Amino acid sequence: MAVDTALANPTTARPDAAIARPRFRPGRLAAVVVLVAATVLVLVWAATNPRFEWGVVGDLMFDPSVMAGLGMTLLLTVVCMALGTALGTAAAAGQLSDFGPVRWSCQIYVGLLRGVPPLVQLIFWFNLAYLVPRLSIGLPGADPVASWSVNELITPLTAAIIGLSLHESAYMAEIIRAGIMSVDSGQRDAARAMGYSRHQTFWKIVVPQAMRVIVPPSGSQFIALLKGTSLVSVITLTDLLYSVQIIYGRTYQVVPLLLVAVIWYLIVVTLLTLVQRRIERRLGRGYDRTTSARVRARSLEGDPA
Amino acid sequence: MTQAATQASTPAPAEPVVRVEGLRKRYGDKLALDGVDLEVHEQEVVAVLGPSGSGKSTLVRCIHQLETIEGGAIHLDGELLGYEAHRGGYRTLSENRVCVQRRRMGMVFQQFNLFPHWTVLKNIAEPAMSVHGQSRRQAEERARDLLDRVGLADKADVHPRHLSGGQQQRVAIARAVATRPRVVLFDEPTSALDPELVGEVLKVMKDLAETGMTMVVVTHEMEFARDVATRCVFMADGKVVEEAPSDQFFSAPRSERLRSFLSRYSGERRSPTDLEKVSS
Repeated sequence: MAVDTALANPTTARPDAAIARPRFRPGRLAAVVVLVAATVLVLVWAATNPRFEWGVVGDLMFDPSVMAGLGMTLLLTVVCMALGTALGTAAAAGQLSDFGPVRWSCQIYVGLLRGVPPLVQLIFWFNLAYLVPRLSIGLPGADPVASWSVNELITPLTAAIIGLSLHESAYMAEIIRAGIMSVDSGQRDAARAMGYSRHQTFWKIVVPQAMRVIVPPSGSQFIALLKGTSLVSVITLTDLLYSVQIIYGRTYQVVPLLLVAVIWYLIVVTLLTLVQRRIERRLGRGYDRTTSARVRARSLEGDPA
Repeated sequence: MTQAATQASTPAPAEPVVRVEGLRKRYGDKLALDGVDLEVHEQEVVAVLGPSGSGKSTLVRCIHQLETIEGGAIHLDGELLGYEAHRGGYRTLSENRVCVQRRRMGMVFQQFNLFPHWTVLKNIAEPAMSVHGQSRRQAEERARDLLDRVGLADKADVHPRHLSGGQQQRVAIARAVATRPRVVLFDEPTSALDPELVGEVLKVMKDLAETGMTMVVVTHEMEFARDVATRCVFMADGKVVEEAPSDQFFSAPRSERLRSFLSRYSGERRSPTDLEKVSS
């Protein structure tokens, strides 16, 4: 065969993939030219347009009230993620229960909280005192053991924590439920066959394996929550966005102050993304390539950013 | 009773390790088990044979309490499994008590079901520690000893996915016997294996049988049933159609269904290497 080929085409040696060159692809060259030109144009525009007021951006990047707002945003994100994950785990377990009433309640809980926009929930919880003026602990008919005015309990901070945590818990419940269901039923059979209790089966066998499916979308959910905290500016909680709004309300430097907020959001989100990638690599380590590729693909699909 | 033949050497007929009486199990409209009776005595190896869908796997899953049952009763060493007497009747046992009962049985699955996030050693030693309260040293010593016996002493610290199917199943057998169960149930242990890996698993099962372990083996491996099992049970349509000591089972089948089942199997030649490995 090699002789035939050589006779038919005397200019080439024996066919060998090792000496083949990649084809020239003109479309790709054109794409590079267009992308470079667009990047240069945007950079030049941003650098030369005086209305960006980059000087003001630089001056206010580390302004104490901006820093306090950033701190509030981070605090709110961490607290709501923690509460949301705890509630979400319970709701996920409830949705997988073989006991109907518990399963139905958890399905309704998740359905309600996922169906109501977070902005609407924030305003609702902020106005809770209208529906429930006093919160009391005690038996019906007897004098309450303790009693609080809801108007005092519901501050912008507590309303924000309640609203965002509940919203988050519904999404986490779905993520955790999917993670638990992704574990092969044979694993549960084997664990039970070895004599593990329900509790041991869940924590020793199911959860460690579910984590690989749960963590990537949870990371995306964390990032979405961080950005979602900017909603609390409507109930006058001084997060990062509301802090810069207060300043530009005074100075009318709207664009440079929004840029301050944008830059901080981007910095934090980028850091979180790096952490997320690291954790994913750790969890995927040792598993075969097809599975980790599948988990990676799922995390990309799940990323709302 | 057919057991009389195999148990002739033992003086008094002792309480069987496993006693199944009139077991019924339903999946939706389909009756998977329709009044199954089975006794498995100490040191017996019972092979359960039959066409697919005959209820063989369901039977061992029910014995191990992995499935709820609709009727009949299962006893382990004379103790009723899954139910207790209550106010003149019976009621289901608590989840915890069922767990405690399961700990006296071992099970080997068709798909191995090793825990992929643990090393081979941990797969075998962990249940002994957290279920049976053994010390780490004690559990790991036993695990290493068992790994040596199934010929995988050098694989203690690798994760199951790095092993071939045959090696995984040998680990699964070591895991099932690590806690010294009264009986080990095998649910088609070689059906998911490439043909060239079947022999090594059957060899380990044969070695285990020779140690005197009581075993119930759901299988399609006729050579194993004939050469290793002490007694064979033939199931069809959720019922036990015929049971006999292994030699009689193959040489003098009584029912027409078993005869046609066996003739179908003798027609198709299994790879001779499997046979050699088992009998060697």
